[in-house]
Amino acid sequence: MDRVVVVGASLAGLRAAQAVRASGHEGSLVVVGDEEHPPYNRPPLSKGLLAGAQSHADCVFPGVDALDAEWRLGAAAVGLDRDGRTVALADGGRVPYDRLVVATGCRARTWPGAEGVVTLRTVDDAVALGRALQPGARLAIVGAGFVGCEVAATARGLGCDVTLVDVAPHPLLPLGPELGGRCAALHREHGVDLRLSTAVDAVDRAGITLAGGERVDADVVLVALGGVPNTEWLAGSGLTLDARGGLRCDGTLTSVDDPDVLAAGDVAAWPHALVGGEVVRVEHWTTAAEHGGLAGRNAVVDPADRAAHVAPPYFWSDQYATKIQAVGFPGRAATLAIVEEDGPRLLAEAHDADGRLVGAVAFNHAKRLAAYRRRLATEAVAA
Amino acid sequence: MKVHVDMNLCQSHGECVFPAPDVFELGDDDVLVWKEEVDESRREAVQAAADACPMMAIRIEG
Ligand SMILES: Cc1cc2nc3c(=O)[nH]c(=O)nc-3n(C[C@H](O)[C@H](O)[C@H](O)COP(=O)(O)OP(=O)(O)OC[C@H]3O[C@@H](n4cnc5c(N)ncnc54)[C@H](O)[C@@H]3O)c2cc1C
Ligand code: SF4
Repeated sequence: MDRVVVVGASLAGLRAAQAVRASGHEGSLVVVGDEEHPPYNRPPLSKGLLAGAQSHADCVFPGVDALDAEWRLGAAAVGLDRDGRTVALADGGRVPYDRLVVATGCRARTWPGAEGVVTLRTVDDAVALGRALQPGARLAIVGAGFVGCEVAATARGLGCDVTLVDVAPHPLLPLGPELGGRCAALHREHGVDLRLSTAVDAVDRAGITLAGGERVDADVVLVALGGVPNTEWLAGSGLTLDARGGLRCDGTLTSVDDPDVLAAGDVAAWPHALVGGEVVRVEHWTTAAEHGGLAGRNAVVDPADRAAHVAPPYFWSDQYATKIQAVGFPGRAATLAIVEEDGPRLLAEAHDADGRLVGAVAFNHAKRLAAYRRRLATEAVAA
Repeated sequence: MKVHVDMNLCQSHGECVFPAPDVFELGDDDVLVWKEEVDESRREAVQAAADACPMMAIRIEG
């Protein structure tokens, strides 16, 4: 086992590469990434960096230079030959591997055919969007998920006029109607023109046409409809993808088809004990970091000695002065009930149909949420 | 070694508390408290805490 290759040079890929070395691998280590930039942190792209409080340099992950690895940046992987054990690059290069970690993450879903509208996934996207968000600029956002809501909040802080449209009855679908309703109120209090249960007919660079014909004119149009896994480059490799394009793995993040291929981060689909072994794919920072560390370690050991990923997913979102945090699978729960509320602080528990705790959500209640994380981590292990 | 947390960056995620509960703690007001002078034997745990911080707010000196 001489050569480890990591494809995808972001959070999960960096943590995987670091774990490969920390686990004692002395052979070659190559990290392939299609972005020109060294690995950087994405959450500030809708928050501090977009607001101008942080620069690109502030968001670059430390530790890249200290890592003994060959970086092939600006090089997209375009194919995988498992018989020949090589990754093909867009520039014609071929990178041989003994073990491969797939960490190609997601890209932003686009609106088919819409030109001149923006999405937000990369630092270049964020810098360009930030430039357009001048005071008084009119911003229209399609999609009131986490990124749409965060950009709305940041843009209001920058003095923009914001219209936020979603076909769903409330923002942040996984949080359910009760908490999603509070989030809606939060945005309205801050002056966002929030259009819920509203379908969008057409999107172009000058605005949005709503179902029914109403037109929302805008200087900037952002499409924020979530992520699509970057797995097209695996076509023809024979690796199984799930219905939404995630790379299907077992609990140890090993491909279900090939013990020499592992996955980490937004791209990985794996069975989670907390929801009875159902296959999940999670687009959260902490999961990507944890996955990277685990997949890197698992890549250099014997398949029989690989450990499973059991940590409950954890997510946060900052909107205005409200810190939303969620652990576990509130979006898959049968019930989501508020158990405590005190001004801007709130705590909700999610249970499955059998009454088992499967998640918790907090608004401005970090310490209490941490206790739920600990509890759910133990329950996942016990499950 | 010395542990610095940039409190302008810290958002009380509490990620750091999991790998190194003896060094980092969230107070009842959700504000992070931490030990500034930490024994060398805990370096790995503190490095794990720094890596786990989504705000990149933790810096180890020495
Ligand atoms: C604006 C924004 C705000 C966010 N805020 C939060 C938040 O508040 N809280 C939270 O928990 N999470 C947040 N997230 C999610 C979090 O950033 C992701 O979960 C995390 O980045 C996933 O890391 P990853 O390494 O798996 O994938 P990615 O970060 O998507 O990295 C994948 C990398 O692989 C590269 N790549 C793709 N295809 C190829 C190829 N064929 N060849 C080579 N390289 C390739 C990509 O260009 C990219 O650099 C946010 C995301 C965004 C975009
Ligand atoms: S993980 Fe980072 S942001 Fe969170 S409490 Fe610790 S230092 Fe603060």
